[in-house]
Amino acid sequence: MATVTFDHATRLYPGTERPAVDQLNLHIEDGEFLVLVGPSGCGKSTSLRMLAGLEDVNGGRILIGDRDVTDVQPKDRDIAMVFQNYALYPHMSVADNMGFALKIAGTPKAEIRQRVEEAAKILDLTEYLDRKPKALSGGQRQRVAMGRAIVRQPQVFLMDEPLSNLDAKLRVQTRTQIASLQRRLGVTTVYVTHDQTEALTMGDRIAVLNKGVLQQVGTPREMYDQPANVFVAGFIGSPAMNIGTFQVKDGAALVGNAQVPLERTVVDALTEADGGKVTVGFRPESLDVVGSGTAGSFQVEVNLVEELGSDAFVYGSLKSDVGASDLSAGDSDQVIVRIDPREVPMKGDTINVAIKPGQSHVFSAATGNRLS
Amino acid sequence: MENLQITAATPESALLDLPWRVPLEDWPNDVLAALPRGISRHVVRFVRLKGRMLAIKETRDHYAFREYELLRRLHKLEVPAVVPLAVVTGRVGDDGEPLEAAIITEHLAFSLPYRAVFSQALRPDTATRLIDALAVLLVRLHLVGFYWGDVSLSNTLFRRDADRFAAYLVDAETGDLHRELTSGQRAYDLDLARTNIIGELFDLEAGELLDEEVDAIGIGDALVERYTELWDALTKVESFSADERWRVDERIRRLNDLGFDVGELAIVTDIDGTTVQIQPKVVDAGHHSRRLLRLTGLDVQDNQARRLLNDLDSWRAATDRLNDSEQLVAHDWLLHSFEPTIAAVPRDLRKKLEPAQLFHEILDHRWYLSQRVHRDVPMPEAAISYVDQVLRHRPDEQAVLGLPPERAHEDEETLLG
Repeated sequence: MATVTFDHATRLYPGTERPAVDQLNLHIEDGEFLVLVGPSGCGKSTSLRMLAGLEDVNGGRILIGDRDVTDVQPKDRDIAMVFQNYALYPHMSVADNMGFALKIAGTPKAEIRQRVEEAAKILDLTEYLDRKPKALSGGQRQRVAMGRAIVRQPQVFLMDEPLSNLDAKLRVQTRTQIASLQRRLGVTTVYVTHDQTEALTMGDRIAVLNKGVLQQVGTPREMYDQPANVFVAGFIGSPAMNIGTFQVKDGAALVGNAQVPLERTVVDALTEADGGKVTVGFRPESLDVVGSGTAGSFQVEVNLVEELGSDAFVYGSLKSDVGASDLSAGDSDQVIVRIDPREVPMKGDTINVAIKPGQSHVFSAATGNRLS
Repeated sequence: MENLQITAATPESALLDLPWRVPLEDWPNDVLAALPRGISRHVVRFVRLKGRMLAIKETRDHYAFREYELLRRLHKLEVPAVVPLAVVTGRVGDDGEPLEAAIITEHLAFSLPYRAVFSQALRPDTATRLIDALAVLLVRLHLVGFYWGDVSLSNTLFRRDADRFAAYLVDAETGDLHRELTSGQRAYDLDLARTNIIGELFDLEAGELLDEEVDAIGIGDALVERYTELWDALTKVESFSADERWRVDERIRRLNDLGFDVGELAIVTDIDGTTVQIQPKVVDAGHHSRRLLRLTGLDVQDNQARRLLNDLDSWRAATDRLNDSEQLVAHDWLLHSFEPTIAAVPRDLRKKLEPAQLFHEILDHRWYLSQRVHRDVPMPEAAISYVDQVLRHRPDEQAVLGLPPERAHEDEETLLG
């Protein structure tokens, strides 16, 4: 087992100007489950493949433990791409399906059996070891594929969107299994996904990438509560955070017809480039429905109510006398408010909402970096 | 609500007649064709439709479209791969539940899955020839920048190519096209190929489908060796002194011999002009098949073409026409040797093998026959003897039939991943 270090690691594809991965600095602890997440083209898979040795490193270096592997061939890096080959061999027993790579490597029979049995125990496959794969369920077959990687006892597991070709139900199931299995094995794992829910539920820490640049790395809680910039704020969380850019007047942001007070330090941090504006974000659950006229409250016209039983969400538009605003959540073009599912407004109603104290996120309008 | 969509380059209305509301796994035997299947992580079935054999694979929408697009691009790059026909999305079952998308590819006529080749107990060097074919395919894929990601015998189909095999890519699901591959990508692909092939041979061993003598690990290692040799021959920088310029021609001839044309060769001399460095920059497979196509219009695989071209040369010498234009002689050879030989094979037996393969086998047969009777046996006579003694007893290979459908179900190997 080992740590993994990306040290200013850069990948520039021939014939392109912008690096696919730009000066990535990331230290992954021994035994940690780190998730690389971001939209398509952000560089997450490229980063993983650099670690695997499939992509050249054009600048910086990559270490596994203390060993610089930047120029080491993939098969000599002591890593395992999990789920790379799923196909199970029908005539071979489950044990042989798990151990055949060791047999190729010339590992003594008794040792193979021992490692296979250990892996099977962790994977709950012990009673199937001497049966054929035909006897297994879909989920069990997946675990055999996982077992192939485990018996090799690599320093690091790499997983590149391993759940993406499963149906929704099996995906949620397997997600939990992989996460708990990783904790039991304690093998350093780097996991790539585009799905922020997957990232939040699985990772010890999450690294968010965008356009080849690392945006922030932290625990799921840190990423959710203290996004370092507008990109991370908008990317992490579902439904997405409401984010808009507003005029600042007398130490407050003008959100609709309301004045949302800003902290002194925030106002002081504004620069000329911000042009007297600030970007404010607040999550759907950070709003309280309040009586009209409450200080700091603004009005939202209800376009749609989504009822989920335990929760209900209003999708609406900000009402404003000072012109249109760009306040919206994610790709929705609308403001999203979580409300009490027992007191649901009608479409066309107007509700008054206020941001809960301490639950707004303020970013520079110019740089997008966190100010609050 | 059902909203079936078929995406295809050449729409085929007959596709609509297939039972799309039923999961592929449960398709009735009367629409299925029994072809031997490889090991797949998805459900794959073969269907006969309007005289064509189609392979249908269920997978998720995104993957189906992605693979369809990749296969189309590989087809344009003239890499030997199956031809994609359509993607079917928006499927809904009779119970109203949505079903997975399907990608349809055209089954490669006269192709043989590795299980069929091994179980036919051909010559002892069959494994070597399969590995050679796979090495050529992998080199060709890597030359165009294709990273396969799951090279295996199951993801490959083999066609007879004179006395060798030609390999075709069947499954591009894990692949990716790049501008150029890194050495890490090539090394990883090759290592995975080795592991998968050895695993597949272990599996045949476990199923008692493989001779015990066969050395699975040795075969896997042979692939790595063959690939490395071929890659080096095609791409290596060669240096020699300026007065050895014949080595440029020699390199080109060597590549031609391996079946490749040199599209671009970088030649660099040092400042004082004493040493020359050459490196092929663009190489295209199909040297012999292109030449034969130009001369005769016959479109065949490369080793078949090589064999036919050799015969054309012999024929030219034997008919004393070394001074005539090659084109003209080729036309006459086609008319007076190739076509009559094929025509001498009864029509119903002719479809067992491709014409070029038939011709190749008749040439071989003629050689044995001539040895035995101590005289030059003419082609028509050789053809008749070949039909009686060999072809009649050969299985039909246009679409290799495996188990009847009901058995094929038992042997189901759709091991989900």
